[in-house]
Amino acid sequence: MTEKPWNQMTPEEKRAWRIERWRNPGIPFASPEAEEAYKARINRLIAAINLEEPDRVPVALTAGWAPADWAGITPYEAMTDAARAAQVWVDFNLEFQLDVMVSPVLQTTPAAVFETLDYRLYSWPGHGVAKTAGYQYNEKEWMLPEEYDHLIADPTDYMVRVYLPRTVGAFAGFANLTSFFDFIELPFVSGHMAVWGTPEMAESVERLQKAGKMVGEWAQVTFAKIGELITLGFPAYWGGSTKAPFDILGDTLRGTRNVVLDLYRRPDKVLAACERLTQVAIDFVTRRPGVPATPVIFIPLHKGADGFMSDEQFRTFYWPSLRATLIGLIEEGYIPFLFAEGGYNSRLEVIKDLPKASTIWLFDQTDMAKAKETIGQVACIQGNVPLSLLCAGTPEEVTSYARHLIEIAGKGGGFVLDVGAVLDTTKAENIHALVKAAQEYGRYR
Amino acid sequence: MHELVQAMADMKEEEALKIVNDLLAQGEDPQKILDLSSQAMQVVGQRYQEGIYFLPELIMAGEMLKKISEILKPHLAAKQTQSQKLGKIVLGTVRGDIHDIGKDIVGFMLDVNGFEVVDLGIDVPEEKFVEAVREHKPQVLALSGFLSIAFDSMKSTIEEVEKAGLREGLKVIIGGGQMDDTIRRYTGADAYGDDAMDAVAFAKEVVGVK
Repeated sequence: MTEKPWNQMTPEEKRAWRIERWRNPGIPFASPEAEEAYKARINRLIAAINLEEPDRVPVALTAGWAPADWAGITPYEAMTDAARAAQVWVDFNLEFQLDVMVSPVLQTTPAAVFETLDYRLYSWPGHGVAKTAGYQYNEKEWMLPEEYDHLIADPTDYMVRVYLPRTVGAFAGFANLTSFFDFIELPFVSGHMAVWGTPEMAESVERLQKAGKMVGEWAQVTFAKIGELITLGFPAYWGGSTKAPFDILGDTLRGTRNVVLDLYRRPDKVLAACERLTQVAIDFVTRRPGVPATPVIFIPLHKGADGFMSDEQFRTFYWPSLRATLIGLIEEGYIPFLFAEGGYNSRLEVIKDLPKASTIWLFDQTDMAKAKETIGQVACIQGNVPLSLLCAGTPEEVTSYARHLIEIAGKGGGFVLDVGAVLDTTKAENIHALVKAAQEYGRYR
Repeated sequence: MHELVQAMADMKEEEALKIVNDLLAQGEDPQKILDLSSQAMQVVGQRYQEGIYFLPELIMAGEMLKKISEILKPHLAAKQTQSQKLGKIVLGTVRGDIHDIGKDIVGFMLDVNGFEVVDLGIDVPEEKFVEAVREHKPQVLALSGFLSIAFDSMKSTIEEVEKAGLREGLKVIIGGGQMDDTIRRYTGADAYGDDAMDAVAFAKEVVGVK
């Protein structure tokens, strides 16, 4: 059968193509057992996403620094020795045998990259926070209120010439750039090029190249290990990531305090920015070169959780642009994975307005019985074993919680057992208990 | 309700600032304007407790109060009367964690409810908490943290306070993203709070007011 051209495929066909590619990654497995394990895991996961009953409830672990903690290395060490870190993550996967891979990709980018870039948005181990702590965002008004119009008119131009020179030292030279439209006519070119010859720009280019090479070396080591994990039978989970438009604006552009003040001071600008950033959030995924290894797109949600805004504010400022982003991704055959950290109890009635079996929701402190009755009717739900139990509870407590959770949220399929938020520290016996709970109490047949 | 209280409670920032300037121009006692602002903060706190207001309104209320205080500052006499506080709280985000939004909200709500709050900031090492408890002799030590690494920092902070002989008579509450009764037991705290209201209720209970 000849394949239809991509642009003539329906969203369902695109999704089926992406899922098939995920199911059959096209690399040789390490052994027949590894291949069998991979197939069992991926089929389990895909059935859950399709709101069907797999053989049993799949079990995942949303892990941040937990593998490093388990191996006795600090986040600082994980961000300074890529080879060692990647091996730690491989060993962690082999030890705990979860149904989806715990990937090192979001944790182990070398600290030296951020040092070289002079990246100011975050603190990282040994740079603003202790070597034993993970990287954390520095709350600040990085984008000024008078810059809304520039952002809305031309988000990329705003990023390149205003935001990046302010937040990433290596982009300092870019502040003096003129429009790239200068290149549309020969006589305009000279007006653009002069700035590229300045010492400031030379330094920018040098630093960016240096950081870029470091990322290249890290990626080679890290993605080789991720490939190895696939051959050993562990399906990768997230193939890419993006953010809710309101969070793009509210997290690292305006900052939490300022974005919520903007709801009162300049609500129209907030709405216009969210609308404009919707396409940015979609393009973030769809305009990358190459095909991601999995159709699942990780979207961490921040400012829309219970307590962060009222129901009316959520319906007005947060949800419409997020929903449009999700639809944009779904139409390209992707499966958005929404990490609803904190509580989402007051949002369940709103978020259930989504096409069936097209999203996955990781819940933290949301009532899972209510989640199952609402969003759980149209989407696979995942979570919500408390981090506190994993870190400070006993295996018996983990088992008992997970067993009860499976009874409630696992009914009829469409559920993945997991912790509710990012696990940075570990008690190995508790992770084993979590996996065992899925195996023992999660059987459908 | 006074028009200033009304404007502030309803999040009308510009209107509130205009009223303050008008009142000053009419020769109103700046101390009275400050008292009206405090009244407005209590209304905001009340609406937050009732689930009408959320994070944006608390931050906006704090912002208005800050601006009004700045306007009033040059007009306020040195004799400014300090109202009687219900009790003292030492507050901070524990070592390794730099999250401050939750901590600030707790501080704001405690302040609005009549407590004196000593805010030590973020990524606060154990010894700094010990020093502050020794110096300020608070009734309540409130530890904030968002990440799971905060569990161990909270535990060691409480241990250090104990080692320094300052634990007796001191009540410790923990709060932040993942805090629950399991972590309360793990850290040796007396209570945990899901939100700022819990912190206020706990502090009131400790000092014996309703």
